[in-house]
Amino acid sequence: MGTGESDVDCNETLYRLYTYLDGELTEERRHKIQRHLDECETCLDAFDFEADLRMVIAQGCKDHVPDALRQRVLEALIVEEQKQQFTKG
Amino acid sequence: MVGSHTADGYRGGMAERAVFADLAMQHMPALYTTALRITRNPADAEDLVQETFLKAFRAFDRFEEGTNLKAWLYKILTNTFINSYRAAKRRPEKADVEDVEDLYLYHRLDDLQTAGTGRSAEDEFFDHITDDDVKQAIESLPEVFRIAVLLADVEGFSYKEIAEITEVPIGTVMSRIHRGRRALQKALAGSTVVQGLVGSAEPGH
Repeated sequence: MGTGESDVDCNETLYRLYTYLDGELTEERRHKIQRHLDECETCLDAFDFEADLRMVIAQGCKDHVPDALRQRVLEALIVEEQKQQFTKG
Repeated sequence: MVGSHTADGYRGGMAERAVFADLAMQHMPALYTTALRITRNPADAEDLVQETFLKAFRAFDRFEEGTNLKAWLYKILTNTFINSYRAAKRRPEKADVEDVEDLYLYHRLDDLQTAGTGRSAEDEFFDHITDDDVKQAIESLPEVFRIAVLLADVEGFSYKEIAEITEVPIGTVMSRIHRGRRALQKALAGSTVVQGLVGSAEPGH
């Protein structure tokens, strides 16, 4: 496990894993974590797994919008617009 | 006048609907996916999406141009869900999850590292996990955690955006996302794909 230049250890790196992947770390902290990952394969493996998992989750959740729903919403908007025009006179 | 493209032409009622539809419809796939995961029912999801679009259109003159339209639509969707759909269920859903440690799934798969196959349990997991496994795991989460995870991990909203969408402090958002993710990992670890790996890792049983 890397010691070297980086001043964060494995514990801190794993603790910040999600905030790092969320892109919510400060530039400085992000840089330190990045340096640790460059030299620590154990942490990098965990980070890669979490990043891949997130991609699988995001992709796995997608559903196709039924055409009928698009149509229904567009029609409802027209009806709503007519109502508004009527009330506004 | 037909074919008029002057800026003023867009201020009239009809043009406003066109502008709204043009801007908002592109977010329908994301909104529908989220609606489906939070209502867990296609008919309710469609009603929720339609209501969201209607409310957004009615309030469109209050939307500040240049701000995040997707986040604004999500705020309306989330509010509508909480106020109408959840209220209809009467009994509030259990809002707690059995807590597990960080990286639960990763460690669980690590334990299954099968000797001799030459492939890691992680690779096997990613090869075999299906969309249905993911959807089921997400839908098994209690509502507040489910919404937080969907907004963060599926839609990629920032903590600050999620705080605005769900109208809770940012610290609460972070805690919900964090606990929701751990609960999701626990659910995925119980999915058929991981159970299958457990089975093959323990040939004696």
